[in-house]
Amino acid sequence: MTPKTLYRKLVDSHTVVTLDEQNVLLFCDLQLMNEYTSPQAFAGLLEQNREVAMPGQNVATVSHIIPTHPVQHRVIHDSASALQASNLKRNCDLHNIPLFDTNDSLQGIEHIIAPEHGMIRPGMVVICGDSHTTTYGALGALGFGIGTSEVEHVLATQTLVYRLAQDMRIRVDGHLPIGTTSKDLILMIISRISAQGARGFVVEFCGSAVESLSIEARFTLCNMAVEAGARGALIAPDETAITYVLQRAPDIDASLRSRALAHWATLRSDEHASFDVEHYFDAEDVAPYVSWGTSPDQSIPITGTIPHAEGSQRARIEHALHYTGLAGGMPLEGLPVDHVFIGSCTNARIEDLRTVAAVVKGRHVSPSLRAMVVPGSGAVKAQAEAEGIAQVLIDAGFEWRQPGCSMCLAMNDDVLAPGQRCASTTNRNFEGRQGRGSITHLMSPAMAAAAALTGYITDVRKLGGS
Amino acid sequence: MTDTHRIEGIAAPLDIANLDTDQIMPKQFLRGIDKAGLDKGVLWDLRFDGEGRPRADFVLNRPEYAGTRVLVAGPNFGCGSSREHAVWGLQQYGIRAVIAPSFAEIFYSNAMNNGLLAVTLSETDIIELMKETTEGAAPMRVEINVDVMIVRSPRMTRSFALSDRHRRMFLEGVDMIGATLAHKADIDAFAQRHWGQQPWVRDVARRTKQRLERS
Ligand code: SF4
Repeated sequence: MTPKTLYRKLVDSHTVVTLDEQNVLLFCDLQLMNEYTSPQAFAGLLEQNREVAMPGQNVATVSHIIPTHPVQHRVIHDSASALQASNLKRNCDLHNIPLFDTNDSLQGIEHIIAPEHGMIRPGMVVICGDSHTTTYGALGALGFGIGTSEVEHVLATQTLVYRLAQDMRIRVDGHLPIGTTSKDLILMIISRISAQGARGFVVEFCGSAVESLSIEARFTLCNMAVEAGARGALIAPDETAITYVLQRAPDIDASLRSRALAHWATLRSDEHASFDVEHYFDAEDVAPYVSWGTSPDQSIPITGTIPHAEGSQRARIEHALHYTGLAGGMPLEGLPVDHVFIGSCTNARIEDLRTVAAVVKGRHVSPSLRAMVVPGSGAVKAQAEAEGIAQVLIDAGFEWRQPGCSMCLAMNDDVLAPGQRCASTTNRNFEGRQGRGSITHLMSPAMAAAAALTGYITDVRKLGGS
Repeated sequence: MTDTHRIEGIAAPLDIANLDTDQIMPKQFLRGIDKAGLDKGVLWDLRFDGEGRPRADFVLNRPEYAGTRVLVAGPNFGCGSSREHAVWGLQQYGIRAVIAPSFAEIFYSNAMNNGLLAVTLSETDIIELMKETTEGAAPMRVEINVDVMIVRSPRMTRSFALSDRHRRMFLEGVDMIGATLAHKADIDAFAQRHWGQQPWVRDVARRTKQRLERS
């Protein structure tokens, strides 16, 4: 038999029908939905008088528009947004689809709640009307984002007409230096291969550096693979992944466990499987990375300087520098920020918050800025409170908010003002992403914590202490 | 040849790499539960300044570009968010095709699913075409024939590739869901087999939610 990549195995095991050379009808084990990319899909179903094919393989959550003020009961004041939330509830009720509603204590960002409650299992195909669905590769599940027409297609058929991607392997060996994380690693990778370096590919991450990452760190890595254009990201499920899943999936009990383990053991690329493109990185090269421009690939190590507008990228660099108000040759070290945002499906899990707490414990946020922490989900929030992390953050001067997407895309009322500069643990520094005319610097939670303490972008490794 | 095979009209240059869907359709226009009114939001920050006044120098705001049908754009067009609103908005604004050296994957599928034609030409051809749009006294017009897959500008004729499926979808407007539902028996048989092998994925969402509610 020809050796196969993990990606091909996942596609083959979910192919219902081969449609033509490029396309298959792909069975989707789980569809996640949110309030703003699903309404037109449900409306389309209704128009055509179609049913939801398999409601139990779908789940929805309200996360993008939700206010995050620290109140007991959340009320969405913006009327259009409130309608999106009530409309989602109506659609889910009508079609018998489980929903994590606005005031459900376990509500949260879709890509955080699905794995934390054990809904993502190795070998699954998971789709969502959201590009960061690549996150689930961390558990050996093929996840990818789709548009609303396709959401409707999955609702009606539980399948997707799927165009095959090419295979890319990114190997990272060695040890990540102290003070760096998988966020720094992925920013480095994106900055080297570009914002479209993985366009058309499903990327399999491997190598000793990847294997030594925790699952939460792997989520961060796979989450941002889409910022290099990837159609999916995968990490072969190992002991670490399987332990994570089994702890959260009590339904895979003794009677099923050995079968599950046997199946999951097959989920790896065969030894001689060929990849269309391979990249290799050395983990020792990773430093704390920070974005300076308006695309995630415009990132540099904190020890470096912003590139000059020259060469083939001249116009692009010029444009980005103009927007961010920076100049070629400048370091980012020492650049004052107005805001620190710790949150998003990239970096708002418990380990991220623990890291932030470790950096800020016993210190205080600079009076020159506003700093907020938005936990990724109700469960993360509760755990942080139980562990005493929340109190450390509050004592340090952070706002401790309710879970949601919040200032990752600023579709709720957490919005930056024009010209404000933000140190952010999110995934996109696009123009206006956090508010019209605002400037985003992507970085790791530890680096954002350091910025919060000092008031400017700085190398967390200089702070000492923990 | 009927008109659905052919797109003809003014082509406006949008020489920006990685033009993301946040810029094509900003978040403040994503609050609807239908598709209406998205033409208003298209390329908002490029079209309007901070006070909501049209930027006179932006190409689509110039009077001679009224009625633009085609965008000639930079690489990785439509990257970022999966929001299909970007495609709906472009169409409502009157755009029928985007010509670029490359498209982000999700955007490309969204475009094809809605009949917005995404034409990929080489980087060199795009540079030439971009130049051509800025050189004439009047805006350049292009003609795209989807049937034979050819783009024609006053100075250049190029063929482009389109998968059979996408070409048919564009020309015949296939009801994709209807076509898939024709495989319903296959899907159901597949699901039974799949769940037989991996019972732990069956009803995974519903079972998880029920478990959480019990605890
Ligand atoms: S946190 Fe940000 S990137 Fe993640 S789902 Fe929400 S808006 Fe999208």
